[in-house]
This record gives sequence, structure tokens and C-alpha cells, in this order.
Amino acid sequence: MSHTETPPPVRRLPLTGAEPRVVDTAEQRTVVMPAGSGAPSFVSAPRRKIASSPLAIDRMQVDRLSIAYGPKLAVKEVSLPIRQGEVLALIGPSGCGKTTLLRSLNRLTELTKTASMKGRILLDDEDIATLEPTALRRRVTMVFQQPNPFPMSVFDNVAYVLREQASRRPRKVALQGAVRSALERAGLYDEVAADLSHPALRLSGGQQQRLCIARALAADPEVLLLDEPCSALDPASTQRIEELIVALREQVAVVIVTHNLQQAYRIADRVAFMYLGELVEYGAAEQVFGSPREARTREYVSGGFG
Amino acid sequence: MSAVAPPPPASAPTPARRSARDSSASWRWSDRLGLAFAWLLGLAFLAVTVAIVLYMMVQGIRYVRPELFVTPPAQGVSEADSGGFLDPLLGTVIVAAMAMAIAFPLGLAIGVWLSEFGNPGWLARLTESTIEMLAGSPSIVFALFGTLLFEQGALGFLSRTNDGVVYGRSFFAAATMLSLIALPLMVANVREGLQAIPAHVREASYAVGKTRIATVRRVLLPAARPSVVTGAMLGVGRVIGDTAIIVVLLGATLRFNGAGGVPLLSTLKGTGSTLTTFVYQNAPTGEINQPEKAFAAGFVLLSMVLALNFAVDVAARRGRRWR
Repeated sequence: MSHTETPPPVRRLPLTGAEPRVVDTAEQRTVVMPAGSGAPSFVSAPRRKIASSPLAIDRMQVDRLSIAYGPKLAVKEVSLPIRQGEVLALIGPSGCGKTTLLRSLNRLTELTKTASMKGRILLDDEDIATLEPTALRRRVTMVFQQPNPFPMSVFDNVAYVLREQASRRPRKVALQGAVRSALERAGLYDEVAADLSHPALRLSGGQQQRLCIARALAADPEVLLLDEPCSALDPASTQRIEELIVALREQVAVVIVTHNLQQAYRIADRVAFMYLGELVEYGAAEQVFGSPREARTREYVSGGFG
Repeated sequence: MSAVAPPPPASAPTPARRSARDSSASWRWSDRLGLAFAWLLGLAFLAVTVAIVLYMMVQGIRYVRPELFVTPPAQGVSEADSGGFLDPLLGTVIVAAMAMAIAFPLGLAIGVWLSEFGNPGWLARLTESTIEMLAGSPSIVFALFGTLLFEQGALGFLSRTNDGVVYGRSFFAAATMLSLIALPLMVANVREGLQAIPAHVREASYAVGKTRIATVRRVLLPAARPSVVTGAMLGVGRVIGDTAIIVVLLGATLRFNGAGGVPLLSTLKGTGSTLTTFVYQNAPTGEINQPEKAFAAGFVLLSMVLALNFAVDVAARRGRRWR
């Protein structure tokens, strides 16, 4: 087995300095946009925004990315930025390539033997193809559709990420602070604090998913990828996780794939609409839902197809 | 309190619950006949199994006595002076432990490799067919091959040697060949257990920067532990029940017959017996012909296998974690 050093955590750029790209537009502060004629009914509904993000920093840049499975092109020439301080929602009908795009951001697509890729993805101006996959995946972590805690205790689920590969060191005491902090950021600590050695598979579905988020946050990533994280959960758990995602965007760049347009509208700052592998429209959530530029977007967000 | 709806009156007419019997009333007669036939066959097999187990239990309990467990077999012409089955019982334990010491790590490694790596593909397919072939071969064939193998001079250190003639029969020889019987069960169960784990669980581990090896060791094997245990216990069950390999490769001495001077090693290099060969020899058609001893030993053997099967059931039931 490879004994690659676990990369040091935290390369988070300070929110000031390093010339952050400020995206501070009027539309982001507006909570309700004057709805266009074809806007869906939920556009005037309240959003979960706690406060609009003061500024956003470019963390990843997808540059003319194409991904094919064998001869079949799943993602076609997609370019878009991913920013810390914003939640980016990828929406589109099933099979439009949004999950493939998401998985390519931490090179999980490479696990599929037939997948091939063209174009570049930059993480803090480094091409991710030049990074060690294990190192990249600690900086760009992912939460899946099904809650999938590992068959170990709550503590070990989080500590597993912090330890080096298969090692059992460092021991429990040394990691307590880091595990606690990850569980707190995922909003789970208060519920599991009494017994961190509780088997993770005995938690409820919503708790399991927040544990998965805690696990993903434990590595202190720069980008958090979420693949329909609420689709297997009940409404109450969904609400908690949505609130959590909105709160997290200050610390990490968040990319979420969702089939639920209301959810995208509630939590996203930016929305990318994909259709048949193409990026049809990318823009602020209010604009994509309120006054889409493309006819296909308008049809999709108002429930015309998909 | 008008806002609260009153509970429905108890006498409200509810549609009659249909019993399961009603649904088969509409069956065609051929389907009913098929069902009856299936029931009959099921009951018949149940009856045969129950009869065997009950008969063995009754006979066994009649003849089994505590002193049989601590007395080695002895030369004798009657049930009273032919001793007990201490040596065969220990032999069974030794043979099972040695065979599993080989089959467990090997089967685990092959199962993991087939399920998680399997590269290159042609080698994986070849391994699979080989394992299937092992599973399908009669154990007497392994026994014959074992005599060829362990009579080689190079392997003389594993059995009794006399003037350069290698005897080729020992616990080492028998356990090595018996491990081939346990191996397919081990591989199949490990593999099945790993493949029952959804792909997204593996990806969740990769997605936080873990390597494949780390994922196997910390996530997949713990998740598949019930299957691994099941495989091992089924393997033990097969090993302690095998007779052909023991007869051919362990020799026909009912007592331990050591070879060489080193205490433990001499036993393992020497010949002996297990409960199966003890039953074989003591059966009415065997050389010794002491049926009471045979029934008592058979009872012990059957109890061991039943206990193992029960343990397998428990392990499998505890293992259903993934939907």
C-alpha cells in the first residue's frame, strides 16, 4: 500500500487578501425578484438565506470539460466557476450529466473504467489532474444520495477521515477536538454527544446523513460536493440539512446536485441548468428561476419537462 | 370538543378480511396439484432429515458416556474394553484448526481480490473457475493427489520417514488437503459479503481521500464480517465431516502415533484419527465393529455440526445491515 503523507489540513484562503474576486451584486441581496411571465409559482416563496454572502472567492474553475462513458458523451464543454461563499446548485432532468460533472470534481469518475475526460478543472489554480487523487479528495469531499455511514462508531466514522489511510493512530484522545468540531459544524454534536461510541448505523436517516456531512467536513475541505443529499430523507431532516448547507457556504464552496427545484431555489446562490450534457444556463438563482434567458430553462423550471 | 372527530363506532360494518385460503380458491387445478406436490415433497424431506437426526440423537444419548471423552481408544474385542474416543476427538479439533489456518487467510485474500480488484480480468475468471472446480471435486481425489504430493522426498519433513522412504501420512498432509475443501466456501462467502455492500459505501470512503486498501481494511471487511464468519464456519463444518482424506492421508491408527522426538511436532508429523474415521472403523461394517462406540461418536460429530450451523444462522442474521 502507498504511504503517502496525509496532506496538512486547512489551505483555506483568508476571506480578505489574495485579491478575492468580489461578487457582490444587487440581485444577490434581493430576496424576491419580480417574477417573469413564465416563472414557477415558488419564486415568490421565502428562501432559507440567513444573510447574503458578503463576498465570494473562486475555488474551482471548470474549463471546457467534456466527459464520455465509452462513446457516449455525458458532459459537453462545460465551463463554470465554483466559489466559496456561494451554494451552487446543479439542476436538470435525469441523465443530463449533473452527477457526472459533480463526480468529476474530485475525480470519482475515474473509478468508472470506461470514463474519459477532456478539458481542465482547476482547484486554486492547480490542475486537479496533476494532484494525487487521495490528496485531491481530501480537499474536495463528497456526500452521497443514500446516507452511508461506515459500520463503526459515530466517533470512528469521523476519525477515520482524520487518520492516515488504514491506520488506527492517532488515538481517540488526540482526535477528540477535531471530531467534535466536525460534528458541531454538521449540527449533529448535541444529539450524539452523550455516546460517541454509538454504532453509526443505528442513527436515524437524517442523523446518518448529517454524520456523512460531518465526515466530509472533517478533512477540512475547500469544496463540499453533495449529490442529492436529501432525496432519501423526510421533510424535517431535509430542512435541517438545507439550513446547514446555507450556513456552511461561508466555510467551504458548496456544490449540490438536486432534482428538487424548490430546494435549489431555497438554498442556492447560483444555479447551473444542464440539459443533455450541456450547460444551458448559469446564473444567480433569482435570475435562473425568475427570468431565465433560455427557453429550455424556462420550460424546465416551470415544470414543462424532466 | 366538537372539533375532535368522534372515533368510528365499533359496530361500523367493515369489509370482511379475506383469508389467505380465499385467494387460492381461484387457482387452476394444475396449480393446486403443483402446490400440493411441493408441500408433500417438502414434508417428505423434512421427515427424512428429522428421522436421521432423531435416530442419531436417541442412539447417541443411549451410548454416550462422559468417560468416553477422556479415554483413548484401546485394543479390545468388546464395547467395554475398547476405550473411548479422546484421540479422535482431539484429532478432529487439530485437523479443523490446521485446515482453517490455511484456508481462512487464503480464502479471505482470494475473496477480497476477486471482489475488489480482479485485475487482470482473465486471471480473475481463471481463479473463479478453479475455485468452482475445487468446490465440485470429490474429496477422495484430493486425498489421492495428497499421497502423491506428500510422498515426495522434499516434503519428507512433514511426515514419518523410514530409510529415505517417505510415509506421506500425517496431520500436516491431511490438513493441507482438507483446506482445499474449506477454501471454496470461504472464498464464495467473503466475495458475496463484499459484493452485498453498495458501491456508494466504497465511494464514500474514496471520496474522503482513502485508498482502496484502506477502504477494504477499515470499511469493507468490517461490514462483511458476518459473511467471513459464515464462510469460516461452513468450512469447519465440511472439514470435520470429511472422511476420505482422513482415511487416506491421516492413516488408520485410532490413537496418536507420533513420529520424531519433538513433543507437539511429533504428533502433527504422525498419524492418528478423527471422529469420522472412528465412526467408520467402529461401524458394523468396519474393522473394529463396536456399533455403540460408533453411535456415541457419531452423536458427538452431529452435535458439533449442528452447533456450527446454528452459529452460522446467528452470524448471518446479525449481518443484515445494508438494505
